[in-house]
Amino acid sequence: MPGLKLGKNSKPARSEQPDESRRNFLKASGMTLGGLIVGSVFGGVLTDNLEKNNSPAPASKPEASLQDALMFFNQEQFKMTEAAVERIYPEDENGPGAKALGVAFFIDHQLAGPWGYNARDYMMGPFVQAQATQGEQSRLKRNEMFTLGLEGLKSYCQQKYKKVFTELEAQQQDEVLTAMEKGDKFPMRGVTSSSFFKMLRSLTIEGVYADPLYGGNRNMNGWKMRKFPGNQMSYAQQITKEGLVQMKPKSLQAHMSE
Amino acid sequence: MGWVGGIIAAELTKAGIQVVGLERGKSRSTEDYFMDHDELRYARRFELMQDLSKETITFRNSESMRALPMRSYGSFLLGDGLGGAGSHWNGQTHRFLPYDFEIYNQTVERYGKGKIPEGMQLQDWGITYDEIEPYYDKFEQVAGISGESEANPMLGKRSHPFPTPPMKKTPILQRFEEASKKLGYHPYMIPSANLSENYKNPDGISRAACQYCGFCERFGCEYGAKADPVVTVIPTAMATGKLEVRTFSNVTEILHDGKKATGVVYINTVTGEEVTQPADVVVLGSFMLNNARLLLNSKLGTPYNRKTGRGTIGRNYAYQVNSGRAVGFYDDEEFSTFMGAGALGMEFDDFNGDNFDHSDLKFLHGAGIRISQNGLRPIENNPAPQGTPTWGKKWKETTLKYANRVLTVATQGASLPWKHHYLDLDPTYKDIYGKPLLRITFDFEDQDRELTKYLADKAGEVMKEMGPSHVEIKDKLDPYNIVPYQSTHNTGGVIMGADPETSAVNSYLQMWEAENVFVVGASAFPHNSGYNPTDTVGALSYRAAEGIQKYLKQGGMLV
Ligand SMILES: Cc1cc2nc3c(=O)[nH]c(=O)nc-3n(C[C@H](O)[C@H](O)[C@H](O)COP(=O)(O)OP(=O)(O)OC[C@H]3O[C@@H](n4cnc5c(N)ncnc54)[C@H](O)[C@@H]3O)c2cc1C
Ligand code: SF4
Repeated sequence: MPGLKLGKNSKPARSEQPDESRRNFLKASGMTLGGLIVGSVFGGVLTDNLEKNNSPAPASKPEASLQDALMFFNQEQFKMTEAAVERIYPEDENGPGAKALGVAFFIDHQLAGPWGYNARDYMMGPFVQAQATQGEQSRLKRNEMFTLGLEGLKSYCQQKYKKVFTELEAQQQDEVLTAMEKGDKFPMRGVTSSSFFKMLRSLTIEGVYADPLYGGNRNMNGWKMRKFPGNQMSYAQQITKEGLVQMKPKSLQAHMSE
Repeated sequence: MGWVGGIIAAELTKAGIQVVGLERGKSRSTEDYFMDHDELRYARRFELMQDLSKETITFRNSESMRALPMRSYGSFLLGDGLGGAGSHWNGQTHRFLPYDFEIYNQTVERYGKGKIPEGMQLQDWGITYDEIEPYYDKFEQVAGISGESEANPMLGKRSHPFPTPPMKKTPILQRFEEASKKLGYHPYMIPSANLSENYKNPDGISRAACQYCGFCERFGCEYGAKADPVVTVIPTAMATGKLEVRTFSNVTEILHDGKKATGVVYINTVTGEEVTQPADVVVLGSFMLNNARLLLNSKLGTPYNRKTGRGTIGRNYAYQVNSGRAVGFYDDEEFSTFMGAGALGMEFDDFNGDNFDHSDLKFLHGAGIRISQNGLRPIENNPAPQGTPTWGKKWKETTLKYANRVLTVATQGASLPWKHHYLDLDPTYKDIYGKPLLRITFDFEDQDRELTKYLADKAGEVMKEMGPSHVEIKDKLDPYNIVPYQSTHNTGGVIMGADPETSAVNSYLQMWEAENVFVVGASAFPHNSGYNPTDTVGALSYRAAEGIQKYLKQGGMLV
């Protein structure tokens, strides 16, 4: 019988392990604050500042990191995406918007990866027009839909304003996105403008709030704006406290600096 | 191998029986969760769930529609790999009510036959609460369930207290408790498979206490604090030396001679090799959907025919009715809602089961009314009062303001069976091995809409009592939609009962039509109650394990 051997991880002697792995985690999480800064897109001075007041960054131009490059978009697609997500999650007095948070990089990386290629979705035909309760039924991959969506956005702006999206005033950009969301005379190939908008909106939220390891939520500023502490190993001491307990956020990077 | 496979393997191997466990996915351990506080990877990209590119289900609301495949995840999430969905569940561990097991008789007795609407296929389980109680107890002791053991008049009697005390009663839970007590209800801490303290179970397995880390539902537990087959029953079975687990082994067919199974065929998903494994007894613990699909694809048992009502495989598919809720917005207070654990919460059952009079109501059964503190993570939780724009400056401002200022009182309602809700094989769509996918035909009914409305109003009363600035009550139930996540509490398809005409397995989960095949899981539920299913799945697994041992000694039908 070609049965697979069990990996060492499945050995039954689980009895003493949990305590030990817990101690390791607690140890790891307690000593990593310094490590968070490394590799961040923000300069050291700014970051030091942030660490002190634990408040979102002022909207100054971030210094580019070596990771800020593209795997999927061309220059034009990147710029359009960056401008659009900034309207969905704009910079304001609470802190940075999607652009400064790196959301367009996040989207680029997602579209280049397994999710963008629908690697874990059922993609066998036939593809049939669905009822609203049956979910998306498209032969296109997400990154193909996104590309066609941007194409549709481009030609809409060209026809209506004789300009590219990035050149429009913020208010005009909002008009365009509103029409796109409504699906109001907004032609696109292979995807309706409203489902493209839905994808854009949900990617924006993901890019603002996912762990910074994916390229968005720069310096954890998305989390800081809403006082979310990110990756903490334990709240056992805090969970019974009244009100909102505020803690310095940690990202998954904390686990790498043991 | 999830809870079902793990429990059966542990019990049989302890009794000296040789077991081969076939699992289509990979092996898993707590060490794999080093980086698991990652909302995107686990909660949004479904790291631990079944790979839908290989197989999925198809769905339609009614027979007049064409069923189409669930191409990406939505309504429910399917387990995969060692531990199955038991690795990423919440751990809310409720028993069903005594009423559930005798729902048909008790309904007729109390309200008369006319109370059951045309088309509703209500039926008793062929086992009573008193009969299943010792198996509930067994599961709770092995998993280390943390709960309040004081007699609650709304629940069935317990033979033993919970093995560990309840989890911490946080300020949010206290507020719910005070409000519901003030209204005359009977709140209790939700029995939890997230350990309240370090615990050693009767099999000698020790585990650490929960850290309330907030990454629980959809995540594995790096501490082993969440009861998961991988840190409980599977190591118990492995320690006997009698269990051989074969991962990457996808079962495609049960071999049989029309009366008995002779073994199974599986595909080694790494090499592509097809392997025949002979067996004296075959146990299906492949989650309720695949339990039904494997039987249908293997032509074992008589498929349910919805026109004639004959046949049993596929009968009584049910789900959960949990849309009704009340959301409270607090302008002047903030809470640490990002902290929590999968099963941290309080609930009352004054409107669950038949704990209240249904004479003047247009529905049967009811729902648990509950508050949960599971840990609200930022991608998936951006609440804003109705009427707020859904993007842009105003949306950002409002969702940031309310990020830590919203509490929800939710309802988890029963889903009762109908003649036209069932499972069968899809005529068009196939998995990567070329086998037909399972087709689900299901929708919500007036029963569900009435239940939702009634229960949402009750939830609203509690929420108002909890002092928010503003309450929104969601009491409308839309047609069933496969897209938004609702719950992975799918039930039925291979149901249990006392009558072979209307059930597929007996009270030992032994197939009426094949005495050496035991089909175990929520597939056996004739309806779904107003609770999470796994305590009952665990109890039925212990019951089946006992039945299999009896069968190996004496043979024949056990009932
Ligand atoms: C996010 C989430 C939260 C949940 N929370 C709760 C909760 O709080 N309380 C509660 O009571 N329940 C909860 N549940 C439900 C609970 O997880 C399930 O009821 C329970 O895990 C089912 O156990 P099982 O052994 O029947 O199936 P599974 O755990 O699904 O195990 C079945 C196993 O069989 C394998 N398999 C399937 N088909 C094949 C095949 N053809 N060949 C080989 N192997 C196969 C699968 O890979 C899997 O490992 C939750 C579920 C989810 C997804
Ligand atoms: S909340 Fe508790 S049980 Fe759940 S994953 Fe975190 S530590 Fe484990």
